[in-house]
Amino acid sequence: MSVQELEREQAPKKASFGAVAWLRWVWRTLTSMKTALILLFLLALGSVPGSLVPQRSVEPDKVARIYEQSPALAEWYDRFQLFEVFSSTWFAAVYLLLFTSLIGCIIPRTATYVRELRRKPPAAPRHPSRLPHSATFESELTTEEVAGRLRKLRFRVVTGDGWVSAEKGYLRETGNLFFHIALLGILLAIGAGSLFGYRGNVLVVEGDGFANTVAAYDRFMPGSQVSAESLEPFSFQLSEFKVAYQVTGDKRGQALDYSAHLKVNDTPGAPARDFELKVNEPLEVNGTQTYLIGNGYAPVFRVTDGKGQVAFDGAVPCLIEQKTTMTSGCVVKVPDAQPSQLGFLLQFLPTSVPLTDGDHASAFPGELNPEVKVLGAFSGDLGMNSGKPQSVYELAEPEVMKKLKPLVMGTSVPKPLAVGQSLDLPGGVGKLEFTGVKEWITLQTNYDPGRWPALVFAATAVVAIALSLMIRRRRVFVRIAQGKAEVGGLTRTEGSAAGFAEEFTEIVQVLSAGEKDVR
Amino acid sequence: MSAEQLAELSDLFVVAAVLLYVVAMVGFAIELAFGRSRPGRAATARRVEIKQPVAVGAAAGGDTVAVSDEVSAGPADASPEEPAVAGETPPGAPERAGQDDRTMRVAVRTGTVALGLAWLGMIANLTAIATRGLAVERWPWGNMYEFVVAICFAAVAAFLGTQIRTNVRFLGAFVMLAAALGLGLAVKVFYTAAGPVVPALDSYWIAIHVSAAIISSGLLTLAGVSGVLYLVRGDGMSRLPSRAELEKVAHRAIVFAFPLWTFAVIAGALWADRAWGRYWGWDPKEVWSFITWVAYAAYLHAKVTAGWRGRAATIVQLVAFGCLLFNLIGVNIFIDGLHSYADVD
Ligand code: HEM
Repeated sequence: MSVQELEREQAPKKASFGAVAWLRWVWRTLTSMKTALILLFLLALGSVPGSLVPQRSVEPDKVARIYEQSPALAEWYDRFQLFEVFSSTWFAAVYLLLFTSLIGCIIPRTATYVRELRRKPPAAPRHPSRLPHSATFESELTTEEVAGRLRKLRFRVVTGDGWVSAEKGYLRETGNLFFHIALLGILLAIGAGSLFGYRGNVLVVEGDGFANTVAAYDRFMPGSQVSAESLEPFSFQLSEFKVAYQVTGDKRGQALDYSAHLKVNDTPGAPARDFELKVNEPLEVNGTQTYLIGNGYAPVFRVTDGKGQVAFDGAVPCLIEQKTTMTSGCVVKVPDAQPSQLGFLLQFLPTSVPLTDGDHASAFPGELNPEVKVLGAFSGDLGMNSGKPQSVYELAEPEVMKKLKPLVMGTSVPKPLAVGQSLDLPGGVGKLEFTGVKEWITLQTNYDPGRWPALVFAATAVVAIALSLMIRRRRVFVRIAQGKAEVGGLTRTEGSAAGFAEEFTEIVQVLSAGEKDVR
Repeated sequence: MSAEQLAELSDLFVVAAVLLYVVAMVGFAIELAFGRSRPGRAATARRVEIKQPVAVGAAAGGDTVAVSDEVSAGPADASPEEPAVAGETPPGAPERAGQDDRTMRVAVRTGTVALGLAWLGMIANLTAIATRGLAVERWPWGNMYEFVVAICFAAVAAFLGTQIRTNVRFLGAFVMLAAALGLGLAVKVFYTAAGPVVPALDSYWIAIHVSAAIISSGLLTLAGVSGVLYLVRGDGMSRLPSRAELEKVAHRAIVFAFPLWTFAVIAGALWADRAWGRYWGWDPKEVWSFITWVAYAAYLHAKVTAGWRGRAATIVQLVAFGCLLFNLIGVNIFIDGLHSYADVD
């Protein structure tokens, strides 16, 4: 190939540049090795910002933070699509050019390769001993016997009048071709996956269920060819979630195992089956995977309003504030409370211990002594009907917060509540009860039809590149005359001569075996 | 033995490995400093097998005339650990006195001792890994410390493994230096007490994916060291082997390592598919593995592109090696992502 290319580069350049000639020039330039090399560089270089600038698809929160902190910078990043490098136009341009170049390489090489496959080794040179590897020994063998021995060594052999020529190592080219084709295959598989696949995230609290529909997801990211009906119709219920923690030593508090107990219905009518969902062990239903990707606490509260009615009763998923102790921030909004709406800012401590200053903090991520600190209780209009999107982790917008009436705040904060304890709000406007602790998990569901094809192509690529790099093309020539055999060999692969020397010696040994008079 | 004792033992073996590597490095350096000088370009002649029952003539490069008496061209009394390399003494180089000969012999012997120490160091390194694994009852490459210790082992093993078949003793001093520095860095900066790993890492995939990454990184380190020497060494006389030989060592290491690295990346994707719900998500570690892979592919292409062989290809190789190092160390420290298992504070 490199020789052909050299010829191509040295071919006389035509001065006249008609449209056809010009197109041909573009195609040749694009499919030349040098261009491939430069495009590979560009591909590597282009990936670098993808690891330095937060990517929208990986860390949306960090992207949002850049927008907040330095809007001008964010705008520039956005202009160059640096928040989504790997789906940007310029990155696509590089890899599409590279793959065009690749196709331009593969097609002529395949043709050459098919021709090569059928081609016989060339006739032996007049003096094989002048080749880089050679040996001479006395031999009674006929050309047919020599050919037979070489065939046993799995050479492709042709014979002539007093000579034998043999070649081996065709798998090298096969490997090279398959490797490059497999790369194309991987790209296509990824493309198909992003068109026809989808990804969704959902948070589920212990005791609750989930059914695989678009509406059930907190966040749903479909490919452009996905319709709502095409989702696999499975459902499940989260009966229990457990975490095992290291309790001693330096790594005290490190999670050792997460396990979610599910009751799964593969189809709406199917009987429920038990499934233990763990990290590294996703739930699979007909090609759709569900993964356990996060967890946290969801304490259960009951709020009684000023009129004595239960205005809220349920588990509240809390946001993790500190991972090592699972100290979590919770927000309880009670829009149904009468006479005015109620809101609470709370902190959940899974293992509450008193500090010297009278405050409390969590000392361990496991649920050993769960308590809830009331950071603030408010009454007034929570502004939930404003039509603006509401965050479950924020009590209200800052300007709404200002208008709320603080009931409990600052120094008036009471002692943390243990399970079963309650806090009576001043002025008889209501009561907050801490009734129990549940846990929540976040799940990711994935459907990617390109997954298996990508794996098959990737496996092909590995095997093929190993063949391509490990195998060398080599030729052996033998001339027999007057009881003497002259053997010469050469390898057509650069940089592997040292290894061939040994193989050549072995070949010579095989050919001269049974002969006593080895020179 | 209790887990704590095993963990302590492991730490001791790491220290022992560092010491052995340092002493071996000095030995190799002495051999290099007082050993034979070699010409820059001429030494393209291949190794000649003397012990073969048949005459194997090796002609240099494109030469068509087999010089059959090259078989005996190498110094007949060459010590077994120093294979005869045809054309080692440049024509016209002044013959030195016997005193220099003696120095040279001592130098060679020092190198042999260094080789033995390197083997001992490697065994200590391996023992450190094994005892750590026994102490924590899992695959012992779950954090940055364990990972770096394993890569140092792999680099030394790649060097000593190559040395069995091809004489690459000139690399000794540099590989030992790299391994000793690596272990030192692991102990001083990355040290993590023996303990369990997070559940995502608790998978048989760690054995497959990380082992492949470690072995290929070891080989690529060998190639990187050769590449640096290639650039340091000019075309003139030097105690280092010729550029052609250095290039050959680097090329062979990369040719072995590239498929392995490809496999490591794909195994990583398979694991990510199990653990995180996608096989490829452009996490920083994934990005840099990809960059490294593309950079080595660029090297392989450069090797077959007119005008890029030799120096340019070596520079490409070293850029790729830089990407590999940044991926192994830099990404864990400077960038956080899903792969931030480094446990470095
Ligand atoms: C998608 C990016 C590509 C990657 C990752 C890639 C990778 C590789 C690798 C690893 C090799 C080494 C195999 C060997 O040395 O035999 C190789 C060889 C080769 N590649 Fe690519 N390649 C890519 C694109 C291309 C393109 C676009 C072309 C066409 C211009 C091309 C042409 C070749 C040729 C001709 C060889 C054979 C070199 C030889 O004869 O040793 N490759 N490629």
